[in-house]
Amino acid sequence: MSEQEPRIAELHAAQPGDRRADFPALDQQINGHSLVYLDSAASSQAPTAVIDAVASYQQNDHANVHRGVHTLSHRATEAYEGARDLVKSFVNASTRSEVVFTRGTTEAINLVAQSFCRPVLKPGDRIVITHLEHHSNIVPWQQVCEQTGAELLVASIDEKGQINIAELIGMLDERVRILAIAHVSNALGSILPVRELVEKAHSLDIPVLIDGAQAVPHMPVDVLDLDCDFYAFSGHKMFGPTGIGVLYGKEARLESMPPWQGGGDMILEVSFDGTTYNELPYKFEAGTPNISGAIGLGAAVRYLQGIGMDVIARHEQEILDYMTSELNKVDGMRLIGTADEKASVQSFLLDDIHPHDLGTILDHQGVAIRTGHHCAMPVMNRFGIPGTARASLALYNNRDDIDRLVESLNAARKIFS
Amino acid sequence: MAAAAPSQEELRGLYRELILDHARNPRNFGKLAEPSHLAEGINPLCGDKLKVYLQLKEDGQIADASFEGSGCAISVASASLLTEAVIGMTKDDAVGFFSAVINSLTGTEGVKNFDLGKLAALQGVREFPARVKCATLAWHALNAAIHDDQQTATTE
Ligand SMILES: Cc1ncc(COP(=O)(O)O)c(C=O)c1O
Repeated sequence: MSEQEPRIAELHAAQPGDRRADFPALDQQINGHSLVYLDSAASSQAPTAVIDAVASYQQNDHANVHRGVHTLSHRATEAYEGARDLVKSFVNASTRSEVVFTRGTTEAINLVAQSFCRPVLKPGDRIVITHLEHHSNIVPWQQVCEQTGAELLVASIDEKGQINIAELIGMLDERVRILAIAHVSNALGSILPVRELVEKAHSLDIPVLIDGAQAVPHMPVDVLDLDCDFYAFSGHKMFGPTGIGVLYGKEARLESMPPWQGGGDMILEVSFDGTTYNELPYKFEAGTPNISGAIGLGAAVRYLQGIGMDVIARHEQEILDYMTSELNKVDGMRLIGTADEKASVQSFLLDDIHPHDLGTILDHQGVAIRTGHHCAMPVMNRFGIPGTARASLALYNNRDDIDRLVESLNAARKIFS
Repeated sequence: MAAAAPSQEELRGLYRELILDHARNPRNFGKLAEPSHLAEGINPLCGDKLKVYLQLKEDGQIADASFEGSGCAISVASASLLTEAVIGMTKDDAVGFFSAVINSLTGTEGVKNFDLGKLAALQGVREFPARVKCATLAWHALNAAIHDDQQTATTE
């Protein structure tokens, strides 16, 4: 050690691959093998910093927010609003009023569909999405189309799992009321050129919502730079708790929208003659919010900022490249989702082994992957398959995990040979 | 307390040769020309979909049975074994057999004095709670078909 320059030692310590020890859940035996967790796209594990922040709030500071003069209520409010500030800086929103806490990505998208789109949509209007969306960026739009007579247009994807940009741009015209697209596909890993698409859409005055559930945990996200109108993401995919997520919305957009749900916290004054709504972001946070969830999310943001999203992105890219090349060496391997620009996710099929069987055999060897349609049935139909096996990465994965994955796949082939 | 982890032997118990054989070469696969009864089973968790077709005689005997659909090795093998087992049974016997199989796979009740025959090969799923629904899917469809239940049977 003494021969090494301190700077290099420091850099090394900052490598996220060495961060496994921060995540207690990773340190366990599954079916007699040490756990290899490759299902972070479904839900990521939480670091001690998040677990402790939630526990400390529950033990010492719990009270309702925004409504008490007593000390605990004050502390809870400070912590809850502090989390909002952390999120604001994390995605580089302009003001804290642009950060609305929701239950997750799903609720954030539903909020926009119902509050931003539904009041103005009429027959003949259009909404444009892509073929690789998660069900939560499909169904809310189908519902609002049914409610209003608007039409849903779907831009196709190619064999590699990349959206057909020219086709998508061709769909954009004065009839389109919103473009709603994923930043990163959860089933295929494709990264969409969101910045370019926002620019194109804005040149036609079309607002854009980005489903960032699979981007935020893996790469730097700057909503100001993207210039998107809305950006949605979930706490539990970025090392925070479940039941908390974020809708970022440009202030002017959020101001123009009616509240989605009514109740406490979202009002200034209530009488039977009428009710005045609270200011942003509280107008969209009816009822007692998920206080501990927000605090956990804030701790996750702080944890990620401590490492640096660019460091995480580089690390994951390296592991993803390694995973892709190692999987390609397995006989009978068919990779699904081979876009030029990809992040964190690899779907695949092995021989004609059903993904479900593969999942069981891998679990038996301590390797956790997701199998099935990944809430993206249209993607599976596009490739003519019932589902895939999917290995997904997070900052705590390393090359050993990939070696174990490959080993267990070879073992599965033996059982089915 | 956590259940004991399945052993290597149990994994082999799940993917027995008989199961793998039926998964690779399912028997009675395809539509029946003129089914008197049919029902679909869906496992919403994994998207497995199977249709069970039955040809019942006037006296209630199952003259023919088949299935089609796609699924994992366990669900396809279970459906294949099902069709083999129920051909020749009366419809009441098949309903009784359905209950016995479900009980033996879910382990809710001890199955006494009931010879499951080849179906016993499916009992390996008991060590794999996440896979029990794969094994029972076709059976729920069978039960729905016999009862002329037009609704899609699900494992939920
Ligand atoms: C791309 C994408 N969008 C949306 C969601 C929905 O997120 P949540 O279930 O947390 O609301 C997911 C999670 O599975 C996802 O991967």
